[in-house]
Amino acid sequence: MPSIDFPLYWIPLLPLLGAALNLLVGRKLSRRAVHLLACGSVLGALLVGLYATFVHLYPLWKAASHAGPGAAVPAILSAPFEWIVAGKVSIKLGLLLDPLSAVMVFTITFVGFLIHVYSTGYMSHDEGYARFFGYLNLFTGSMLLLVLGDNLAVLFVGWEGVGVCSYLLIGFWYDKDGTEKPGDANATAGKKAFITNRVGDFAFVLGMLLLFSVTGTLNIGELSGKTGQLMTIFAPFGVKLVSVAAVAGLLLLIGATGKSAQIPLYVWLPDAMAGPTPVSALIHAATMVTAGVYMIARLNFIYMLTPTVMGVVALVGAATALFAATIGFAQNDIKKVLAYSTISQLGYMFLGVGVGAYSAGVFHLFTHAFFKACLFLGAGSVIHAMSGKQDIREMGGLWKKLPLTSATFLVSCFAIAGIVPLSGFFSKDEILWKAISTGIPGWPAWFPALLYGLGLAAALCTAFYMFRLFFLTFSGESRADETTRHHIHESPPSMTMPLVVLAAGAAVLGLLGLPGVMGPNLFHHWLAPVVDRGAQLAATVSRIQPVSDNALAANHGVEWGLMLLSLTIATIGILVARKLYAGGATPTVERLVGGIPRLHKAAANKYWVDEIYGWLLLKPLRGLAIALWKAVDAFVIDLLGVNGSAAIVDVVGRMSRRLHNGNVQRYLVALVCGVALIVVWVSWPPDRFEVLPSTKVQVGQAVSFDASKELAGEQRTLRYRWDFGDGTPPTEWSPTAVASHTFTRKGTYKVKLQVEDKRWRTEAKETRKVEVR
Amino acid sequence: MLLTIILAIPLLGAIVVALMPKHEETGCRHMGMFFSLATFATSLGLIAAFKPVEGAMQLSLKLPWIKSLGVSFHVGVDGISLWLVLLTTFLTPIVILSAYKHIAKKVKEFIVSMLVLEVGMIGAFVALDLFLFYVFWEIMLVPMYLIIGIWGHERKVYAAIKFVIYTMLGSLLMLVAIIYLYITHGRATGDYTFDYMVLSQSVWSEQAQLWLFAAFALAFAIKVPMFPLHTWLPDAHVEAPTAGSVILAGVLLKLGTYGFLRFAIPMFPWAAAAYAPYISWLAVIGIVYGALVAWAQKDAKKLVAYSSVSHLGFVMLGLMAMTTTGIQGGIYQMVSHGLSTGGLFLAIGVLYDRRHTRLLAQFGGLWKRLPVFAGLFMIVMLSSAGLPGLNGFVGEFLILVGAFTHHGEMAQAGLPYFIWHSRIVTAVAATGVVLGAVYLLHLYQKLMFGPIQNVQNRELEDLSPREVWTFVPLVVLIFIMGIYPKPFLSRMEQAVALFLREYKVKFQASEGYREALPKRLPDLGYRTPKTIAPVKLGMGGER
Repeated sequence: MPSIDFPLYWIPLLPLLGAALNLLVGRKLSRRAVHLLACGSVLGALLVGLYATFVHLYPLWKAASHAGPGAAVPAILSAPFEWIVAGKVSIKLGLLLDPLSAVMVFTITFVGFLIHVYSTGYMSHDEGYARFFGYLNLFTGSMLLLVLGDNLAVLFVGWEGVGVCSYLLIGFWYDKDGTEKPGDANATAGKKAFITNRVGDFAFVLGMLLLFSVTGTLNIGELSGKTGQLMTIFAPFGVKLVSVAAVAGLLLLIGATGKSAQIPLYVWLPDAMAGPTPVSALIHAATMVTAGVYMIARLNFIYMLTPTVMGVVALVGAATALFAATIGFAQNDIKKVLAYSTISQLGYMFLGVGVGAYSAGVFHLFTHAFFKACLFLGAGSVIHAMSGKQDIREMGGLWKKLPLTSATFLVSCFAIAGIVPLSGFFSKDEILWKAISTGIPGWPAWFPALLYGLGLAAALCTAFYMFRLFFLTFSGESRADETTRHHIHESPPSMTMPLVVLAAGAAVLGLLGLPGVMGPNLFHHWLAPVVDRGAQLAATVSRIQPVSDNALAANHGVEWGLMLLSLTIATIGILVARKLYAGGATPTVERLVGGIPRLHKAAANKYWVDEIYGWLLLKPLRGLAIALWKAVDAFVIDLLGVNGSAAIVDVVGRMSRRLHNGNVQRYLVALVCGVALIVVWVSWPPDRFEVLPSTKVQVGQAVSFDASKELAGEQRTLRYRWDFGDGTPPTEWSPTAVASHTFTRKGTYKVKLQVEDKRWRTEAKETRKVEVR
Repeated sequence: MLLTIILAIPLLGAIVVALMPKHEETGCRHMGMFFSLATFATSLGLIAAFKPVEGAMQLSLKLPWIKSLGVSFHVGVDGISLWLVLLTTFLTPIVILSAYKHIAKKVKEFIVSMLVLEVGMIGAFVALDLFLFYVFWEIMLVPMYLIIGIWGHERKVYAAIKFVIYTMLGSLLMLVAIIYLYITHGRATGDYTFDYMVLSQSVWSEQAQLWLFAAFALAFAIKVPMFPLHTWLPDAHVEAPTAGSVILAGVLLKLGTYGFLRFAIPMFPWAAAAYAPYISWLAVIGIVYGALVAWAQKDAKKLVAYSSVSHLGFVMLGLMAMTTTGIQGGIYQMVSHGLSTGGLFLAIGVLYDRRHTRLLAQFGGLWKRLPVFAGLFMIVMLSSAGLPGLNGFVGEFLILVGAFTHHGEMAQAGLPYFIWHSRIVTAVAATGVVLGAVYLLHLYQKLMFGPIQNVQNRELEDLSPREVWTFVPLVVLIFIMGIYPKPFLSRMEQAVALFLREYKVKFQASEGYREALPKRLPDLGYRTPKTIAPVKLGMGGER
C-alpha cells in the first residue's frame, strides 16, 4: 500500500478539544469566545483535511491511477494507537485517509463549518450556547473518527459517539414541550433515537463479532485480504446456510438501517426533528445519517462477495425511498417534510450501494449533504422568521420578505427534484441508471426493473412534495396571524451566507460526476481505487457470480432516454405541485384529499408504524418487565423462596420453643425416651442379606446367603435361621451369618432369614427371591 | 510486605478512630479520610512494584499463624487481584468523602466500620490461605451489616438481616468444603494445610469436585449475585446509605466473581467445566432479566441495583468463556462496573440528600437546577451503558468476543466446549446492549429532563465542591479506562494466561479421576512462589 505517515489524528482531535473546552469551561466564556473556539476547531479540521488530501493523498492517487486497476489503494495512515489488547484481540486505533474518507472528511468539515457559522446566528439567544457548541463539536469529532477509522472497532466508537451526540442534541431543549405531547417529549425523542439506533447496533456488534471470530481481525485493510475466510460457510447447528460474508453483511446492514434511518428502523428520524434546526441539518441530514451508506461503501469487498445480500440492500433502499416519500405528501410540519425527504434520499443512496454503484451512492451522499443542509438551514431561517412556527399551513408569501432564504431554498428544491444541471439530477440519475443496468445474481431478471420503478416513482413524489412545501411556504399570501406576520424578517448574514454557499454547491457540484454518456465522471474516477476493490476481489473468487452490468448497460440510447424520462417525471411533479399549491392549498386539493380520505389519513399518520411498533414490541416488553419484577422477583423468589423459608424456620422455632418450658419432669421423660430409642436402634438386629453369586442360578448350583456385612465390626451375639422357601425345613439356629443351599428344582423361591439375639427375634425385612433355571 | 502494610493502615486507622472522643465528629471524618487516602497512596506502590511480565503471585508473604492447624498468614497479588485491590483502596476515600454530610449520627462508629470493611475487602482479595480468606470474607459481613442496619433507611433491619443470612448460607457451605479439602488433602499427602498454593496443586475426583465446586459456587453466586439468588441485593442497596451502596456494588459484589476466578474454577476445573453451561445460561438470564426488571422499577436506587445483576451477568459470562479475552474482559468489567455503578449510586445519593426520596416520579427537569451534576451524571450513565470511549465498553466488548470465540478457542486448546452454542448465548447476552440503554436512558430522562413539575425541586442546589470531588476521580478514571485500557489489560494478561495454562493441565489431570483422596500434581512450577518451602509428597498416604 503506497502510504505515508501523517498526523491525521488532528482532524478529529481539534473538534474534540473544542468540545472539551466548551463543555468544561464554556459557561464562563463569552459567547464570542465560545463560537470562535467551536467554528475555529472545525475550520482547523477542514484545513488539515484539505492539506492532507491535496498535498499528500493526491500524488499517491495519481500514481495509483497511472498504475491502472489492481494497484494498491492510495492512502495516508496515521500511526496507530494500541487501544484494546487482550488475548487474541488486538485493536489498534489507526486512522486512514483514502479517497473515500477524504470525500467524507471534506463533506463533514465543510458543511459542518457552515452549519457552525449558521448556528452562531440561529442559537444566539439560547442560554445553552456553550453546551450547544460543545455538543456540535463533539459530534463533528466523533463523525470524523467514524470516517477515518481504519478498523471496524474505531468506526464503531465514532458510530456510537455520533449516536450519543444526536441523543444529546435532540433533547437539547430538554425542558421544552414538544409540539404534540406535553412534558418531556424532546427527551423522549432523543431516547427513541438512541434506543432505535442501539437495536441496530446490537446487530452491528454481532456482525463485528462474527467477522472477528472468523478472520481474527477487525482492521478493514486486513479484512479485505481475507476473502477466503469470508467465504467460509456459516453453519449454525450444523446446518450449512450461506457464507460468513452474507451473514455479516446482513447484520451490518441492520446496523446501517438504524443509523441511516431505513426500513424498518427509520422511525426515530422524524421525531429527531425536535432538536434545534442546525442539528437537523448537520446530523439528521448531511452527515450522521449517511454513516450507514459510508459503512457499506467502505466494506464493499464484503458485500460484493454476497450478491444476495446486495439485493436486500438495494430493495431496502428503493422501498424506503418510495415509502418515506409518500408520507412526505401529507406532512404539514416543515421539518417533518424534510425529515421524510431525508429518509427517502437515504433510500436512494442505499439503492446505489446495493447495486454495487458505490461511487454513485457516495456521490448522492455528497450532493445531498449540500442541498439538504441548505434546505434545513433555510427551514431554520423560515422558522426563525416565523417566531418558531413550523406548520406550513400557516406560512405562505415569504418570497418577498425572505429573498435570500427563498432563492437558496428554491435552488435546493430544484436540486433535490433532479432538474438538470443541478447536482441532484446527476447523482440521482446515476443511481437510477445503475439500478436498471446492473444484474444482481440470485435475484430474478425483472428485479432491476422493479428497483428502477420504485426509484422513479419516488422521484416523482420527491418533486411533488418538495414543491408542495416550497409553494405553501413561499408563494401566495401570508396566512400567518398578525403578530407573527409583523415579526417576519430576513435572517442575519451569519445565517444567510452559509445558505448561499450551500446553494451554490447544490447547484454546481453535480458536474463532478457526469453520466458516462456526457463526459468524464471525476467523482467515480477519484473513488475508483477504493470502491472498485470489492469487484476486483470478488472476481478472484470462483464460487460467486459477481454483480455486473446487464445487457442495457452499453446502450447509450437507453441511457439518454431514461435521463429524459426522469427529467420529465420531475417536471410533472413540480407542475402538479404548482397547479395545486401555488398560492396556498387550492380547492382542488381538498377535493383530491376528500377523494382518498383513508389513504390520506394513513399517510398523515405515517401509516401508524409507530403505533404498530408500540403495540407489537414496546408495550409487550414493558409488560414483561413489570411481570418479571412482580411475579418472578417479588413473588416467586422473594416471597415464596426467601421469606417462605424464613417463615418455615420461624414456625419451627416457635413450635420448638414450647419444648423449652423449664419443666424438669418433661425433660426427663424426653431423655428416657431418647435413650430408649437409641438402645433399640443400636441393638436392632440386622435384617438384610446378600445372595451369592447371584439371585439367578442353575439347578444344582450352590447358593450362599450372607448377612454378615450388615454388622461388620460390631461385637454382638446373634443366631440365624434360614428358610429357603422350597419346602425343605428351615435350618437350625446357628451363630454363623452365612448359609449355603442347593435348589433341586426349577422355580422361584422366597428366601427368609430369622435373626435372634438375647432380647428379641426378627425376621429379615428383606425377602429375596431366587430364580432357579 | 507491601500488602501487609496496605492491610495494616486501615486497621490502624480503625483503632485510632475508635480511640478518639465520640463528639469529635469532624475529626473522625478527617482521620478516616486520612487513613483511607494513605492506604490508597500506599497501594499505588503496588503498581510500581508489580511486574507485568510475571503471571505468578507477586509480593507474597507467608507467616505461620496457627501452626497446629496448618493455618498461615499468606498473602500475595497477581494480575487478577491487583486491580481489585486498587479499586477497593480507590473507592474507600471517595465513599468516606461522600458520607461527610449524610452520615450525621454515630460518625465515629461509621468511620471505624468503613475502615474495618476496607481491611476485610483487601484481605479477601489478597489472601492465599483458605482459612485466612474465610476469616476476611466473614469479617466484611460485620461492618456491612452494621452500615445497613444502623445508618440505613426505613426497612434497614429487614434488609440487613436478609443480607447477612443470605450470605451466611452460602459461606457456611463453603466452610464445610474448605474443611473437607483440608482433611482429604492432609490424609492424602500428610500435609495438613489451608494454604491455597499447596491445595491448588492437587486435584480431587470428579465426584468430589462436583460437590466442592457447588459449595464454593453457591457462596460466590450469592455474592455476585447471580439469578435467582439476587433478591437480597435490591433490598440491601435501597436500604443502605449511599456510602454502603457504593461499596457494596463497587467492591463487595466483585468478591463473588473473584472467588469463582481465584478458587472455585482453578481448584475444581472439571466441575467448573461440567457446570459451565448452566452457569453461563444463568449469567445470560441475569443479563436480560436484570435489565428488564431494572426498567420496571419506580425507585431509582432499585433500578441501579438491578442493573448490577445485569452487569455482573456479563462478568460471569466472560469468566465462563475460559478464553483469555473473555476472562480479561470479565476482570476489566469488574473494575469498570465498580466505577460506573459506584458513580450511579453517588448520583442517586446526591438526590436523596436533597429530597429524601428516590422515587423517579418525584423528580424531573433537574438539569435546569443542577447543570454540573447533570453533566457528571450523564458521563457516569453513559459509561454504565457501555458507550465506546468510556470504560464500560472495553469490558463488555472483550466479554462478548471471548464468549463468541469460545468454541474455536476450546477446540484449539483441546478442551471440551463448555458453553452450549456460544454464539447463540453471546447473541442473547448482546441484547443487554439494547436493554442497558433502555433502562439507563429511562432513569436519566425521568430524573433530569423535562420541565420541573414538582415544586420541591425548584430550589435545589447544585453540587457543592465536596460533592464534585467525589465524582471527579471516578469520571477521570472512566475516561482513562475507556480510552487507554492498555496499562490495565497488560498487567492482567500474564496472570490470565497462566490461569488458563494451569486450568488446562488440571482439567486433564482430573478427567476420569475417581479416587476418594486427591492426587497431587507434579509441581506446576510457575504458580508456586519461592517463599514456600517444598513439601514432602506422600501420595495416597493413609489409603
